[in-house]
Amino acid sequence: MPQVSDKRGARAARPQYPNDLPSEPVRFAPGERVHVRQTAPLGHIRTPFYIRGCRGTIERLCGAFPNPEELAQQRSGLPAQPLYRVRFLQKDVWPGYRGNPADVIEIEIFQHWLEKA
Amino acid sequence: MNKRDDLGKYEPLSYFQLMEVSLRELLVEKGVVTDHAVRSALENVRSRTPVRGARVVARAWCEPQYKARLLENGTRAVEDLGLDVPATKLVVVENTPQVHNVIVCTLCSCYPRMLLGIPPEWYKSRNYRSRVVREPRTVLAEFGTKIPKRVQIRVHDSTADMRYLVLPMRPKGTQGWSEERLASLVTRDCMIGVSLPKRS
Amino acid sequence: MAKRRNLPELLIARSHHDMGGRPAGKVKPLEHDVEDWERRVDAMMVLLTGVLGGKRLMTVDELRKNIEALGPEAYDRMSYYERWVTSITQTMIQRGVITTDELSRKMEQVKARLEEACRK
Repeated sequence: MPQVSDKRGARAARPQYPNDLPSEPVRFAPGERVHVRQTAPLGHIRTPFYIRGCRGTIERLCGAFPNPEELAQQRSGLPAQPLYRVRFLQKDVWPGYRGNPADVIEIEIFQHWLEKA
Repeated sequence: MNKRDDLGKYEPLSYFQLMEVSLRELLVEKGVVTDHAVRSALENVRSRTPVRGARVVARAWCEPQYKARLLENGTRAVEDLGLDVPATKLVVVENTPQVHNVIVCTLCSCYPRMLLGIPPEWYKSRNYRSRVVREPRTVLAEFGTKIPKRVQIRVHDSTADMRYLVLPMRPKGTQGWSEERLASLVTRDCMIGVSLPKRS
Repeated sequence: MAKRRNLPELLIARSHHDMGGRPAGKVKPLEHDVEDWERRVDAMMVLLTGVLGGKRLMTVDELRKNIEALGPEAYDRMSYYERWVTSITQTMIQRGVITTDELSRKMEQVKARLEEACRK
C-alpha cells in the first residue's frame, strides 16, 4: 500500500485501487495543484503531448502501478509509481477554447511526470 | 481457413491473415499455448457485449445504494452482479443535469472491453481521438448529441490503468420499469458518452 | 525572419500516435463487422497477457510500444487488427518466443498448404 507523506498535514490520499506492490511514496493529495513536466524524451510514454506544461488539480489517487515506460521494455516497472487522475480546465489547455469555462479534461498521470505547481 | 465467395472460389489470405494463422500455429506447436486455451480465449471475447454494461446501468438506476457502490469502486460493484471483469480497474462517472461525461483514449484505444466488448471503429479513429479532447461539444453534435453550453463537459482520457464507464441519466417516464426493460434503453454509445440512452 | 522548422525533431519529439488535440476531420460513426481472424487476434492478446489466468507472455505495454514503432505511414494505412497482429508477432520475436526464421518457414508452410487445398 503506498505510504502517504504527511509532513504538510495534507489530506491523506486513499488509493481507489490498492495493491501489494512495492511503490514510491505518494507525494500529492486530492485538491493539490500540480504541473505536468514539459519534456519530450524517447521510449513508450503515456503522458499525452497536449497536456505537458499544463497546470491541473489532483482529483484522486488511483493507486500505484508498474511504470508502463518500463513494462514496454520488458522490465518490471517496479517500484510502482503512484498514479493520479488530474483535472484540468479545458480553457487552460487549449488556447481559444470555446465551450463552458467550467469544462474539464481528466487524465491519469504517473507521479514522475508531475511537479508541485 | 479461406472463405469461399459466391462463385465457389477461395479468397487467398492477406499477408496479415497469414501472419495470424502462422503465429497461432507456431505458438501451439511449441507448447507456448494450447489449442484449448486459444479456443477458450476466443469464446471469452465473443461473450463480451454491451449488454453486460447495460445491466450495470439498469441496476444503478433502480438501486441508489448500488449506484453509490458503483461510483466508489466500479470493479467490485460489477463483480457483485456476477459479471467478471478480469484485469479491469473500473471508474464509473455519472452524468447529471449539470455534468456530461465522455470517454476517449487519445493514445490508442483503451476501453472497458471485459464489460463492453470490442470498441467501435470510430472510437479508435484518428478523428475521434484527436478532436474529442479539444472540442467535445462539436464532436458530440456529429453524433447527433447536443449538450447545452451551461452543462459542464468532462472528457476522460484513459491514459493508464483505469477504464471508464459513463453512467447516463435515467430517461424520464420510466417509473416502475423492470431492470430488464430499463437495460434495453442503454446503448453502447451512451456508456461511452457520445449519446444519451434511448427515449422511453 | 521565419524560424526554420526542424522536421526531424518534430517527427520524434511528438510521436504520430500521440494525436490528442491535433486537427482532424469529422467523426464518421463507422461500424466495422469484426472478422473472424480479427477476433482471433483480439483473443490472442487476451491469452498472451495472462488476463484469464494463464502465464503472462507479454504486456499490453509492449503491444502499444510496437504499434507506435510502426511509423506514421504504416500506422495510418494499416487497419486496427493488422497493427495488432504485427505488433504481437514482433513482440514474440523480441522476447525470443519465436524466431524470424521459424516465422518465415511457418508462413511458407501455411501458404503452400492453403494453395494445395485450393487446387483440390
